[in-house]
Amino acid sequence: MKILILIGNVPDTTTKVRFNADKTAFDPTGIQWIINPWDELALTRAMDLKETTGGVVSEIVVANVGRQETEGTLRKALAIGADKAIRIDADAKDAFYVASQLAQVAKGYDLIFAGIEASDYNGSAVGGMLAEMLEINSVSAVSGIQIENGNVKINREIDGGSQTIALPLPLLAIVQKGIAKEPRIPAMRGIMMARTKPLEVVQPIAVEPKTNITVFTLPAPKAACKKIAEDQAKDLIYLLRDEAKVL
Amino acid sequence: MNFTFTEEQLMIQQAARDYAQRELIKDVIERDHKAEYPTRHVKALAELGFLGMLVSPEYDGGGMDTVSYVLAMEELSKVDASVSVIISVNNSLVCYGIEKYGTEDQKQKYLRVLARGEKIGAFLLSEPEAGSDATSQKTTAEDMGDYYLVNGTKNWITNAHSGSIYLVIAQTHPEKKHRGINALIVDKNTPGISLGPHEDKMGMRSSDTHSVMFTDVKVPKENRIGEDGFGFKFAMSTLEAGRIGIASQALGLASGAMERSIAYTKERKAFGKFLFEHQSVAFKLAEMAVKVENARNLCLKAAWLKDQGLPYGFASAMAKQYAADIAMEVTTEAVQIHGGYGYVKEYHVERLMREAKLTQIYEGTSEIQKIVISRELLK
Repeated sequence: MKILILIGNVPDTTTKVRFNADKTAFDPTGIQWIINPWDELALTRAMDLKETTGGVVSEIVVANVGRQETEGTLRKALAIGADKAIRIDADAKDAFYVASQLAQVAKGYDLIFAGIEASDYNGSAVGGMLAEMLEINSVSAVSGIQIENGNVKINREIDGGSQTIALPLPLLAIVQKGIAKEPRIPAMRGIMMARTKPLEVVQPIAVEPKTNITVFTLPAPKAACKKIAEDQAKDLIYLLRDEAKVL
Repeated sequence: MNFTFTEEQLMIQQAARDYAQRELIKDVIERDHKAEYPTRHVKALAELGFLGMLVSPEYDGGGMDTVSYVLAMEELSKVDASVSVIISVNNSLVCYGIEKYGTEDQKQKYLRVLARGEKIGAFLLSEPEAGSDATSQKTTAEDMGDYYLVNGTKNWITNAHSGSIYLVIAQTHPEKKHRGINALIVDKNTPGISLGPHEDKMGMRSSDTHSVMFTDVKVPKENRIGEDGFGFKFAMSTLEAGRIGIASQALGLASGAMERSIAYTKERKAFGKFLFEHQSVAFKLAEMAVKVENARNLCLKAAWLKDQGLPYGFASAMAKQYAADIAMEVTTEAVQIHGGYGYVKEYHVERLMREAKLTQIYEGTSEIQKIVISRELLK
């Protein structure tokens, strides 16, 4: 069984977000890049499956769409334990563009993992689009996956409970929190070996993105806390309903 | 000049940071309070390769350079210096000593298990009457033909209980003074070895420290490191390497205390302003930052020299003395910035301060480092 994991290269989650002068692009100056957290959990789960299913999983490949500067993220995935990385040499313009690029390298895998969203643009679209392009089944909001006798069982969190479903392969699983407990920390050996593992660079195909970013807007700064005196406690309920609109 | 780290060095730094911030932080206060050995963490860090990160892959080590080691030690020590001292002693004293000076048989037998972290090493130099003065060894290793008979007491031994492979420095030819000293690899389970009680320390409480008594302990001749009488040179050379580990530990204590202080001054208000908006506090942070940066540069310079195969004893003595002294200063200021909260355990900085004190004492006091530095100047 071959597993492909789609890897997003995203700013560290503690990054202070800035945009360029006309607010149409993110300013990447001084940013530390990481593996998209959901993708890192997917990779962790794939590693667990490889190690616990006794040879059922033969290869774990990671792929992304990005320029050379995103290779650090791919090499971290190799250090964690992926066998091979593929980088499609293009800027990730939008979800359709990224899915179209990935479709050219994603054929022939039994299982594909996509994170439920990227922690930067929160698009939540690549996984579903890619499955359609490959004409394979996809399941969203996957929080658990097991392989038993070559069959795949999937757990999904649903309103008020959970659901377990069985599905034939090939399959694209759009994974969320719960798929693995914590992302793996790469071991020294893995870090050393990452250099010697294959990292294939693929040229992009000609595709037009479907969207165009007009403007980015930062959220309004948090307002100061409003203090309510003890003798006016009953006003709190109205403030929560009418101002904060949380009730 | 190039101050850029490689991708591997950054990955190791991140791996150490992730483990420290995710795992060590969970029970560090409790382990300190109970003086409990970090068994689970040592096992996990061994699996990640930290226990033998400097050892060549040929002997099951991580094959990392000393610069990576400084980065890892700093990150682990920001949270838990008890764990980082276990790593430091194993890597830069015991593994380093055996890898550099041991025979092939010794490496196969002892280095592999130490590098994998399956067994932990301890370095037995200090004695009740020979701490900084390593030439005055009272422990004897009498030459009995095909074995040495070891008698004496060693003090302040890190990993004495948790460790099982000892590097013992002992006197074979008292008439030759320090030229008569030998270094022996000793299995802790050898008959005649007994431990004193667990030392109830001020800091680094999660690492175990004991005295170790030797009574007619037979050590095979093949366990001697180097030629007869090489022990003193061996001890000095390994301590030179060990200083980089402890200097980086002190650096981590300082930078950890500084990071906590910066975060606290952004949360806490006094007189209607955040703490960092008070110049007296902001200046303290600035002074901390300069000291931390200086210590980091000294540690990295010593590590870089070692990685290049250049003499580094002078640099590692400067790094150890400076980093240890500023660790004490920075952690003390961190407690001051935190005020009353700094004096309670929940906020960590009081523990960092207690731990910083030891970095000025062990593996060569700050005063000993100044002797090393000044002797070099006056050569």
